[in-house]
Amino acid sequence: MSQAILTEDLSKSYGPTRALDGVSLSVPRGQVFGLLGPNGAGKTTFVRVLSTLIRPTGGRAQVLGHDVATDPGAVRARIALTGQFASVDEDLTGRENLMLLARLIGLPGNAARARCAELLAAFDLEGAATRQVSGYSGGMRRRLDIAASMIARPELLFLDEPTTGLDPRARADVWAIVRRLARSGTTVLLTTQYLEEADQLAERIAVIDHGRVIAEGTAAELKARVGSGVLKLTLRDAPAAAEAARIADRLGLEAHAQDDPRLLEVPLTGADEALPLLSALTAEGAAPVDFAYGQPSLDAVFFALTGHGAEPEHEPAP
Amino acid sequence: MSPRETRLDRALGAAPTVTAGPRPLAEMLAFAWRAILKIRHNPEHAVDVVVTPVMFTVIFTYLFGGALAGSTDAYLDFLLPGILVQTVMFTSIYTGFILNQDIQRGVFDRFRAMPIWRPAPIAGAILGDVVRYTVSAVLVLAVGLVMGFRIEGGAGALLAALVLLNVFALGVGWIFTALALMVRTPGTVMTLSWLVLMPVTFGSNIYVAPETMPGWLQAFVAVNPVSHITTALRGLLGGDPSLSAIALALVTPFAVTAVFAPISMWLYGRER
Repeated sequence: MSQAILTEDLSKSYGPTRALDGVSLSVPRGQVFGLLGPNGAGKTTFVRVLSTLIRPTGGRAQVLGHDVATDPGAVRARIALTGQFASVDEDLTGRENLMLLARLIGLPGNAARARCAELLAAFDLEGAATRQVSGYSGGMRRRLDIAASMIARPELLFLDEPTTGLDPRARADVWAIVRRLARSGTTVLLTTQYLEEADQLAERIAVIDHGRVIAEGTAAELKARVGSGVLKLTLRDAPAAAEAARIADRLGLEAHAQDDPRLLEVPLTGADEALPLLSALTAEGAAPVDFAYGQPSLDAVFFALTGHGAEPEHEPAP
Repeated sequence: MSPRETRLDRALGAAPTVTAGPRPLAEMLAFAWRAILKIRHNPEHAVDVVVTPVMFTVIFTYLFGGALAGSTDAYLDFLLPGILVQTVMFTSIYTGFILNQDIQRGVFDRFRAMPIWRPAPIAGAILGDVVRYTVSAVLVLAVGLVMGFRIEGGAGALLAALVLLNVFALGVGWIFTALALMVRTPGTVMTLSWLVLMPVTFGSNIYVAPETMPGWLQAFVAVNPVSHITTALRGLLGGDPSLSAIALALVTPFAVTAVFAPISMWLYGRER
């Protein structure tokens, strides 16, 4: 069976700006594939090319076995798109939004009403069904947006930064939905700026920067390269931080200086590496006044992969 | 598994049977339905486009009517057909406004990624416009009737007048549709549209007969398409229809459609 997505040297230029600069990716069917990168890395451009909204300027792209440039109709019939900015109509109610799309895909009246009611209930929007979307919270909009994509079951769903701008509670709701989507067998291409999100939801992850894929693999493989966690240390003062960095270096760890000279970030392969470092710091008089262990930020991932931090840029004007 | 997860799994697992392939008529009707829903949810748009013409009618009739036409009643008979033209033209601005809003908000991205007939969103919006033009024209006409306007031509003339108004507005609307597809914000669509509409509505024979105007303005009024349709409507509603005036009034909407509809469809299909 063909791949869900297959691109070869795919590129898209806007004048001198290369939004996509030779992307070759293969996404198997039936899994959640994460595309991780900062703003302006080319994630949205990639999604727009694959969903037939814009044409590539070079290379090839096949979606579910159909070429996006020569057979866009066949692609459109098999995909659904949930855009970066909730692409629902603010003037209409939640139910009207779903009804419009149900009619457009050809569901007859009664079936359309039943399907919309089922989706509104499943996405916890029953109470807000008759309210205009302009009054919805960010999380409700996003849930409606995903529900709108699921009226007919697409073979491939594009979720472009589904949690950007959401509060933690709403983010957790979206994550729960994506997990159920994965279980239902829908292939999902998820773009995100958060390593944690890709790690939680995606089976495979590609890291994209300046329109190029700079790393690809399972979350485990990626974390083996960038460290699965990061120890964030707050020292007494800048000299103490310098001393702490020397101690980390002696233990074979790399401490990254931060904007605040009292802060250090130390990528680790596991939480168990934290204890020897913390003991050594305490024993040698550079005990941290505060510390936290967590997932590496996107910045740390980029540091590990490219030697420079993630540089947010503006996407080229659409 | 929580009941919520069960509901979600069932909904995501269900695969409704859908009709494949574009069905232009059904899709157009769906978009027209959306346009009408928008009017219902944003009644202020309709009020907006009706209030100004009604205000003008009241002010011009009672303030200047006596001086201009001898009596307010005589002036109202002269003014109201042109005010109807002004009303549908103001309404047609919203066609561009809503279209631009759709594009900016990303709503059109979803439609463009669906297997539907490409022009359906625009064609459906135009169908919805017919409802808006008719509603706003009828509202202004109703105010006119309360003030003493009489339709001499009877029901047939009224129907013909509404059709003529719709054809004119749908034609002119293509200009604003093309404009909406070119500029960045809905606000810009509004501002530019008013800049076009103000001179062509005032530089016409809607408010006063052009005889007392300077020669250059008379020349402008004579070629202004707004004057042509105003003259045609005066004849229709006044019980003295002129086929040549109606034919002249129809030239502009058809010419504008022939030029701006293809331009609009090209702009719509363009990537952004």
